[in-house]
Amino acid sequence: MNQVEQADIPAAGGFWNDTGKRGITAWIFSTDHKRIGLLYLYSVFGFFLVGAVLGLLLRIELMAPGRTIMNAQTYNALFTVHGVVMIFLFIIPGFQGSFGNLVMPIQIGARDVSFPRLNLLSWWLFIIGAVIIVVALFTGGGPPDTGWTFYVPFSSRTGTNVSLAVFGVFVIGFSSILTGLNFVTTIHRLRAEGMSWSRVPLFTWSLYATAWVQILATPILAITLVLVMAERLLGTGLFDPGQGGDPIMYQHLFWIYSHPAVYIMILPAMGVISDIVPVFSRKPIFGYKMIAFSSLAIAAAGSIVWGHHMFTSGMSDTAVLVFSFLTFIVAIPSAIKVFNWVSTLYKGSISLEAPMLFALSFILLFSIGGLSGLILGAAATDIHVHDTHFVVGHFHYVMFGGAGFAFFAAMHYWLPKFYGRRYAEKPAVIAWALMFTGFNILYFTMQVLGMRGMPRRYYDYLPEFAPLNLVATIGSWILAAGLVLMVINLFRGLFKGAEFSGNPWGGATLEWSVPTPPPSENFLQEPVVTHGPYDYRGAGIP
Amino acid sequence: MSHPMHKDYTGAKLGMWLFLFTELLLFSGLFLLYAVYLRRYPHEFTTAGKQLNWVLGSANTVILLTSSLFAAMAVTAAQRSEARRAVGLIGGTILCATGFMIIKYFEWSAKIGHGIYPGSEHLKAGAPGESVFFGLYYMTTGIHGLHVLIGGGLLAWIAAKVKGGSVNAEHFVLLENGALYWHLVDLIWIFIFPLYYLIL
Repeated sequence: MNQVEQADIPAAGGFWNDTGKRGITAWIFSTDHKRIGLLYLYSVFGFFLVGAVLGLLLRIELMAPGRTIMNAQTYNALFTVHGVVMIFLFIIPGFQGSFGNLVMPIQIGARDVSFPRLNLLSWWLFIIGAVIIVVALFTGGGPPDTGWTFYVPFSSRTGTNVSLAVFGVFVIGFSSILTGLNFVTTIHRLRAEGMSWSRVPLFTWSLYATAWVQILATPILAITLVLVMAERLLGTGLFDPGQGGDPIMYQHLFWIYSHPAVYIMILPAMGVISDIVPVFSRKPIFGYKMIAFSSLAIAAAGSIVWGHHMFTSGMSDTAVLVFSFLTFIVAIPSAIKVFNWVSTLYKGSISLEAPMLFALSFILLFSIGGLSGLILGAAATDIHVHDTHFVVGHFHYVMFGGAGFAFFAAMHYWLPKFYGRRYAEKPAVIAWALMFTGFNILYFTMQVLGMRGMPRRYYDYLPEFAPLNLVATIGSWILAAGLVLMVINLFRGLFKGAEFSGNPWGGATLEWSVPTPPPSENFLQEPVVTHGPYDYRGAGIP
Repeated sequence: MSHPMHKDYTGAKLGMWLFLFTELLLFSGLFLLYAVYLRRYPHEFTTAGKQLNWVLGSANTVILLTSSLFAAMAVTAAQRSEARRAVGLIGGTILCATGFMIIKYFEWSAKIGHGIYPGSEHLKAGAPGESVFFGLYYMTTGIHGLHVLIGGGLLAWIAAKVKGGSVNAEHFVLLENGALYWHLVDLIWIFIFPLYYLIL
């Protein structure tokens, strides 16, 4: 079968209008993976914007010492809500739910995921959990003020609405588990003829590794959250030293999930980059097998390093040493990926379009984030910078500079395929430049602040930290300006922009072989895969 | 909506097994706490464990094992197109589940009657390890009991499908998965029972 031919067939709106039904119900009850993917995209991206506004408010409060725009209690609630929204409502469900759903079944040549109705249920559970969290903000004792980690004993004592918020996260955990097992089953069972494991695109490989983390880690979070609720509602005292419990056990249980969760956030992002870099370098990816393998290695190694969040909590020295060593091991597969991307770029015919700019900045920002992670992974240095702004800067480099920028790259790269229209290039590049500049001013300054001793989560600070805090806040405004420009340009383009058809990026993965936008069951005829995902000659493109 | 529901037996089983793993991991968090606190409070755990009624616990073990047998037999019956028998056997499983919950009710209410429940004055006055033991006991058996209820409801729903004919000798994977879930509920109890009632 010639796949390029299939892409040339006009799709007449594709999955947008070939289901017969119209209106909102055609979306919220659809089992089409593309529609569910877009539902996820809009919901998670909406939450991202909410989280971004909260982050901006936090930066304004920290612009100058003392009270600037809010009181201390509001500040505590805001950084908690910022964390909960960004982690549980945007970045954990983000990639798997939106681009995983949109792209993965097409990439492996399937008509849909293995359990389409379960897929829809996942989205519903996500929305229900999100609504519960939003309700928790406005009822009971007000928004939780514990930090997104819900550490006991404060979370079991505070009068704010922790129980309900925690329950919302619990429901979202269910959604995550169901997506994970759906994806593992799909990738095992529904690959098209000829789609051997060594021809699976790297984005799908990363989703596969991520899905395993979702399945294996999330239940631990579920039981931890149940125990926190029991602690608050029944007074079981399992984490209460007064009743013989141990708060350190909470931290262990929490991080047994939440550290692997970091890889739920970053692994699919790495997959996006592995798909974009070769396309815009016009070169097959360097070290395909090592990149696929390193995704699994990161998932495995990343699941046994949770203790590095607790170096200062009073663990035994042996435990600290072991966790520090294991943490360093994660750097190896991560570095494999970075070196392979850079090797792919070497002597490539690079075209610097928006998706590529975001991808390249991912490599830089993720590297900064990863290397500063080593400073935290070494117990000796961690003792000094623990719970300072250095940590905040570090994880924003990885989560926002890494996963966030990869998310934007994916939006510029794949969304035109599903809309048949594209954004304008020049504003996209300007938006990228603004965001990249603002980002580094904001978070690099934070790391410097942390090195100099400014603690995280503090409402007020010493006057000597004032100048750098002002710089960071100005950076946050530049970042926000770029973000606004990107959102306007992107969505204006998707609905009114120039036509996007066929395979203009020149990708060789299967999603570029189907009509634009793809029809309801993706393929007009069953695909037979005859070449690898980065074998551009096989795709008929020079 | 317009998807032709292609039947993928292996895929459906794979999905169910993955889900069962997540259930095991959910309980493993509680078993982890049990292990850590047992090491910290060996004497208090022994004293507290002796207060549990092992006769009722054993009765419940026998009941759950029997119910699992019924569930397995129901799958075979459905595979042989004996719908009536399959429905009857599932009914047997649900009956056992009800018996299990009734016994559990008496166990719990006896304990609560003695002032032993999470956050009670009696436990707060006693040794800290004892309060941890009963905290874990109520959480573990409570969440397990919830699974018994969910499993019973699931099997009742599947029984209706067997009766209606949509689960039959050709398409029995739903029943098989329901039975797998029930075996898991049984299996977890097999771990809970000795840990809390017997070995201490």
